[in-house]
Amino acid sequence: MNANLTLIVVASTLIGTGVYLILERSLTRVLVGLVMMGNGVNLLFMIASGPAGTAPIVGAGSGRMADPLPQALVLTAIVITLGTVAFLLAMAHRSWQLNEHDDVQDDVEDAAIRRLADLDEASDSHDLSLSATEADAATDEVYEEEGSS
Amino acid sequence: MSINALVPMPVVLPLLGVGLTLVFSRRPRAQRIVTISVLTAVVAIAAILLVASDRKGPQVVWIGGWEQLGISLVADRLASLMLLVSAVVTLLVLLYSLGQGMTGDEREAPLSIYHPTFLVLVAGVSGAFLAGDLFNLFVSFEMLLFASYVLLTLGGTGTRIRAGTIYVVVNMLSSSLFLISLAAVYAAVGTLNLAQIAERVPDLSEGTAMVLHLLLLVTFAIKAAVFPLSFWLPDSYPTAPAPVTAVFAGLLTKVGVYAILRIQTLLFPGHEVGDLLLWAALLTMVVGILGAVAQSDIKRMLSFTLVSHIGYMVFGIGLATEAGISGAIFYVAHHITIQTALFLVVGLIELRAGSTALLRLGGLARLSPLLALLFFVPAMNLAGIPPMSGFLGKVGLLQAGLDVGSPLAITLVVGGVVTSLLTLYAIAKTWALAFWRSPEQAHEMARQLPSLQDDLDDAQRAAGIVVHRDHVHVAGAAFDSRDLEEARRVIDDETPDRDLHQLLRDGALPKRMPASMVLPTTALITVSLLLTLVAGPLFALTDRAAADLIDRTPYLSAVLGDSS
Repeated sequence: MNANLTLIVVASTLIGTGVYLILERSLTRVLVGLVMMGNGVNLLFMIASGPAGTAPIVGAGSGRMADPLPQALVLTAIVITLGTVAFLLAMAHRSWQLNEHDDVQDDVEDAAIRRLADLDEASDSHDLSLSATEADAATDEVYEEEGSS
Repeated sequence: MSINALVPMPVVLPLLGVGLTLVFSRRPRAQRIVTISVLTAVVAIAAILLVASDRKGPQVVWIGGWEQLGISLVADRLASLMLLVSAVVTLLVLLYSLGQGMTGDEREAPLSIYHPTFLVLVAGVSGAFLAGDLFNLFVSFEMLLFASYVLLTLGGTGTRIRAGTIYVVVNMLSSSLFLISLAAVYAAVGTLNLAQIAERVPDLSEGTAMVLHLLLLVTFAIKAAVFPLSFWLPDSYPTAPAPVTAVFAGLLTKVGVYAILRIQTLLFPGHEVGDLLLWAALLTMVVGILGAVAQSDIKRMLSFTLVSHIGYMVFGIGLATEAGISGAIFYVAHHITIQTALFLVVGLIELRAGSTALLRLGGLARLSPLLALLFFVPAMNLAGIPPMSGFLGKVGLLQAGLDVGSPLAITLVVGGVVTSLLTLYAIAKTWALAFWRSPEQAHEMARQLPSLQDDLDDAQRAAGIVVHRDHVHVAGAAFDSRDLEEARRVIDDETPDRDLHQLLRDGALPKRMPASMVLPTTALITVSLLLTLVAGPLFALTDRAAADLIDRTPYLSAVLGDSS
């Protein structure tokens, strides 16, 4: 199968740019990234459909017909992307109404783990069981270490 | 009229229902009647399809009569069984949400769009089970995802928008990945029909087949929340209204598991990724359950057990033996009912006690013995206490693992047992804090919780409170600074936040739970217990389904007909 190099380059540029934008904080940029990525993916279907040809209507033209199926698939994909993008725009707007920005906010668990990582780096669960059973001295020691770090 | 005319009905009927409920958007009563009758009809049709596919083999319908060219829908044993279980569960969840009066805790939640969206979700789930080609599978996924975006962000509150953002972006990414794999599959084999792909894959080079396989696998692993692609789930599910979380937890991830099962057995049988799946299963089980143990909120705890128990199903699929796949199918059926039931019960807890945070709860067993029973039975079932279906499903899978007997399979058997025990531990912890101690004790404990900066006094030490690494540990539960802040707010009488003790004192709680919510929950728990009673015939059915899947001929000859 011979693939069209231009299509491949354009599709990969679109997807690459899309991925870069998705990694941004602002939901609007993420949205633009998703749209670019969606368009890049749609171009992939054009690559998959093989060489170009005349309209796929039997008897309408002469010569090679284009494969109609990927075009139908792409149409469906475009409609779905449109719907999702509209929904995300509404969410970005709502987020802006609520928070006055549309940044993607931290996952609850993520934030908790980061706080924990800031606190110290090594696991010391042994000390925990020690301090739970023994009272004063051990607990205080551990606690002071914690506080100072 | 032949039986296979019924095959499209589980998709068509809900979609018709969507139209009708939209027309009736100002008449809630009519909406309810439409939704309930549609879902009841889907249950009946799914039951007929299950019997038909079990007796006569897979039922195939080509939409529009375009044999071999058009869109095919296939109801084999696996698809019909999934369809039946999901139909029963969605019907009961809908009844529950009607009992709740509103779709969520917000009074202004837009009721008129709840019914149509719910029906789109049902149509999408049914479509995904029945889809005979990859593109239809994609469209069904998009249908159910789109409905889930709307349901997850109902009311548009701050937390739901925050959780919804991550959910929507992750799912859009996985959809893009799905489309990329579709384009690749089409470029490689020139068709998207599952049966035709299955026929043509052996002609591909080893490398191409592997790339296609892994692309599809990663896509579905995101949907099914298989570790390490499960990060999005525990954060987004708990924020939605209880019935929505319940139906998400029961169905959406299982659709992903179903898709993995299909591509593993039908498209790429005997490929090399079995070990990879087993590793993923092990990590999903263990990491998921460790996450559950660390939670201090019942909803979040259950979301993590959901992730963890996906591992059991992937374990069965990864083994790729008849016993393994049979066990996985049984476990999917069991887990759909049980996880949904638990989330419904959590909704009841939230209603009866005003919160699901362990810090604020206590004494639910005395306050409402019925609620305690409703939580206890499915929770024990989830943990796998004999003789319930959770135990039988796990035994089936562990037996299959031992039969294979490779070192990795044995490791997974051990991992499965450990996960089961840790599930029991997470549930016992929840039970001890939320159900066993009295609300006064809970309030006292919240009062005594030190801030992280203070030194402990003797009374606190005597109560077994330990401060460690930014967490306060009490009675096996750890509370982080977020929880402590909440505790501060709770015991401060100036703030409107109340824990159970204060709510009881003020008489601010409903005295009883509405029967219209309790009855569907009880019914669902009864269904899960019935799975135990009919475990013999059900296992026989899943054995036959697994044999079909491994053999592949029934599916292929039913779809491809004489041309094969």
